[in-house]
Amino acid sequence: MGLTLAEKILATHSGKKEVSPGDIVEADIDVAMVHELLGTSGGVAELFEETGVRKVWSKDKIVALLDHWVPAPNVDVAEIHKKCRYFVKKHGLKNWFDMKAGICHQVLVEKGFVRPGEIIVGTDSHMTTHGALGAFGTGIGSTDMVVVFAKGKLWFRVPETIKIVLQGKIPKYVLGKDIILKVLRRLGPDGANYKAVEFHGEALADLSIDGRMTISNMCVEAGAKVALIPPDQKTIEFVKKRSKKEIRPVYPDSNADYVDEMMVNVSEIEPQVSRPPNPTDSVPVQEVEGIELDQVFIGSCTNGRLEDLEVTAKILKGKKVNRGVRLIVIPASYEVYLNALRKGYLETILKAEGIVEAPTCGPCIGGHLGVLASGETALVTSSRNFTGRLGSPEAKVYLSSPATAAASAVEGKITDPRKYLR
Amino acid sequence: MSLIVKGRVWKLGNNVDTDLIIPGRYLTLRDPLEKAKHALEAVIPGFAEKVREGDVIVAGRNFGSGSSREDAVTVLKTLGIKAVIAESFARIFFRNALNNGLPVLECKGICSMVENGDMLSVHFEKGEILNLTSKEKCKGTKLPAFLVEIIREGGILKKLRKELQCEK
Repeated sequence: MGLTLAEKILATHSGKKEVSPGDIVEADIDVAMVHELLGTSGGVAELFEETGVRKVWSKDKIVALLDHWVPAPNVDVAEIHKKCRYFVKKHGLKNWFDMKAGICHQVLVEKGFVRPGEIIVGTDSHMTTHGALGAFGTGIGSTDMVVVFAKGKLWFRVPETIKIVLQGKIPKYVLGKDIILKVLRRLGPDGANYKAVEFHGEALADLSIDGRMTISNMCVEAGAKVALIPPDQKTIEFVKKRSKKEIRPVYPDSNADYVDEMMVNVSEIEPQVSRPPNPTDSVPVQEVEGIELDQVFIGSCTNGRLEDLEVTAKILKGKKVNRGVRLIVIPASYEVYLNALRKGYLETILKAEGIVEAPTCGPCIGGHLGVLASGETALVTSSRNFTGRLGSPEAKVYLSSPATAAASAVEGKITDPRKYLR
Repeated sequence: MSLIVKGRVWKLGNNVDTDLIIPGRYLTLRDPLEKAKHALEAVIPGFAEKVREGDVIVAGRNFGSGSSREDAVTVLKTLGIKAVIAESFARIFFRNALNNGLPVLECKGICSMVENGDMLSVHFEKGEILNLTSKEKCKGTKLPAFLVEIIREGGILKKLRKELQCEK
């Protein structure tokens, strides 16, 4: 029997010819990412120093940055940032970006740390994003990261793989976000728990790297360990521009064994909105149209990329955000920020009376720059609408694509973006 | 660390995510005790005051879904929770719990045989659960030996320290 992509990557990284679901392997880690969880109480730095290990396994393979709460909104966060900087300096970590690069998942991809066929771990559940480039990206806790810092290896249970085939042609104003929200509806909140997801199908070719990243990013909302898209020409060209290292892509075997297979006809997908309090509770936009909004947030590692700001600007062009709504837009990185600035997207958003903030996770984690009060309702492009995620547990949060979010900001209520098709 | 845990039950529902266990807005608190005061506050108001050292949590499907924040495990430990038994766990929470030496056991049907406040006895090595209040028994998914070992050691870092000392 052949191997799925997840199985093959784990096999090549643990010195084995083949592995089967359920096997426990110890795999070599290519890249490890930490953000503020390096410096929180009980975080990676504290735990690492407690082990008595004096040196990290590699000064080059660790990427460290600050993104969740930047610039520091209070003293507690400032102290966390200080602890991170101290650790980075003490251990001589080479790839340190402080708060000057953006949200970790966007930065990892932009700076060429994500390569097909490699294993990349981070203290963040949305590490599944990197499956979009064919990398085994997975989120781990602080303790597991300490093991990686010490040994450069980590144990994994080889996951079963679910094959998801995206067929058909993607309609206009249907974005990667709508596709993944539809897929999540079918998987449910634990439909991919402990499992790998592997995407196939003709629709992938029509998706940009940005759109693919959104899809892989949110697979964790169904519990997935990794969300792999086998690399194609688009992937290879993208990575070549950003990484100097030789690329060794890995592909699944044609006779690989999948635990389940799901066919999705993307031609039939309409703009989707997830209802609170779970990202997998998605419905076509018509079912929630008209719900009045207090805030719209466009940004995050899920949907703060150039393509997302482009569609936002396109819809907002020459219009104004509804008087009753605050629109907050946060580019996912400084590269995105600069490009959006050059292309005039930010000017359009500002003229529409949207608020543009500097790259950070911000409201997505209920941190700062737009947390919600009790009784408020928001539509956001980030990944999670759990109770209390964006602030008050008495706030309601809906999820959508940036197109739906931008159209809704104009109308002040949840709106089908296809109205704005020109 | 003991592999047999006896404790009073706090029963929770399905999909209790990490934002419910410890909301993101408290992750930056420096004092672990302050952080733990907010554990599960949106699910059971005043949970931190009501919970007693030695209590256990029984939950439905997909306990601990969402974020990779390890605080979701450590706040429960700080409050004295000695074990979590659930119909199923989200992957990262499950790993984080074992890594921190917090025994976790998956047991299909556990929710139908346990009421809030019941006393449970759980044998983690055997995967056996006895409801001391109702006398009902239930068998969970036995953990592989290598994960039992991590709990026995009191967490993966204690195991790592031992390993590294052996290498010296």
